[in-house]
Amino acid sequence: MTVKVLTIRADVLGANKEKAKRNKDRLDKHRVLAINVMSSPGAGKTSLIMQTINRLMPKTRIAVIEGDIASRIDADKIHQQQGVPVIQVNIPGGCHLDANMIEVALNSLTLEEIDLLLIENVGNLVCPAEFDLGEHKKVMLLSAPEGDDKPYKYPLMFTEADVLLLNKIDLLPYTDFNITAFIQSVTGLNASVKIFQVSCKNGEGLELWYSWIHAEVKRLKDTAVRR
Amino acid sequence: MHEAFFTKGFLSLVLDRAKEAQASKITKISIIVGGLSGIVPECVELQFKIFSKNTIADKAEVTFQHLPARLRCRECDIAYSCDNFDLDCPRCGHRKIEILSGRECYVDSIEVE
Repeated sequence: MTVKVLTIRADVLGANKEKAKRNKDRLDKHRVLAINVMSSPGAGKTSLIMQTINRLMPKTRIAVIEGDIASRIDADKIHQQQGVPVIQVNIPGGCHLDANMIEVALNSLTLEEIDLLLIENVGNLVCPAEFDLGEHKKVMLLSAPEGDDKPYKYPLMFTEADVLLLNKIDLLPYTDFNITAFIQSVTGLNASVKIFQVSCKNGEGLELWYSWIHAEVKRLKDTAVRR
Repeated sequence: MHEAFFTKGFLSLVLDRAKEAQASKITKISIIVGGLSGIVPECVELQFKIFSKNTIADKAEVTFQHLPARLRCRECDIAYSCDNFDLDCPRCGHRKIEILSGRECYVDSIEVE
């Protein structure tokens, strides 16, 4: 039997990247800003999304894709707020959303009626950072009770984030969290990340987050208009 | 952590390429893994044994070539290699990095019959 060596040189995640690019083109066409929201379980992704809906709707038209291992708990909770369209994606045994799941979810949304798509990734500080979904921005949350050492232990997501929300700052007095050391380690990994210190519980600091979203939504609309 | 996704991805890729080449068997798969890719070869090997059953890659040997990540220190502006997420600059000790490479993970070549 003849043995042949075939040169492949193909990215293992190439299929996901191609699909992510198609998702992005589709979102761009409809001028929908997509934000991939990532964090550990319990850091406050759903609370951030609910606060954002309350503050920005109806002026900014929002839809949500909700990724979880199981249940519709978050999707139902979010949908109850102003009837926001929510697509639940359940991934039994999975650890992240991928571009294919987003493509399927987009098929169920009326993109012409959306300005901002918030994608809540599966609670996990590792895998979601590896998979492009076609989003415009990657946003991560870290909550104060998780500790200021996380950038050292889970560096990848910190290197990928466009925005980092340090959440639950209302709990800082009850923790040993060192904000100066945390910011230093985060900016060491990622020179361009924007950091907002917030509490999704009492709303502190969130106005800066809302302003950032406004600016990004506007930037996308303006870019689309100039085309 | 997502080695199952990764393994299914490269298995489907090599099966497609082997089919295009009208091969009847894949004997070897060479994979390049960057130092910041987060892929654990031992997990991939185990997953591969499961997913490759009843395919022409069933008995293939999977080899991994590790490529250390390359970083640039934003403090003293030198480039350096790093392994195991040991990101600190070897010259100044700071951890103020720009990632030059290390996230890559690709199938380099396969051997077929």
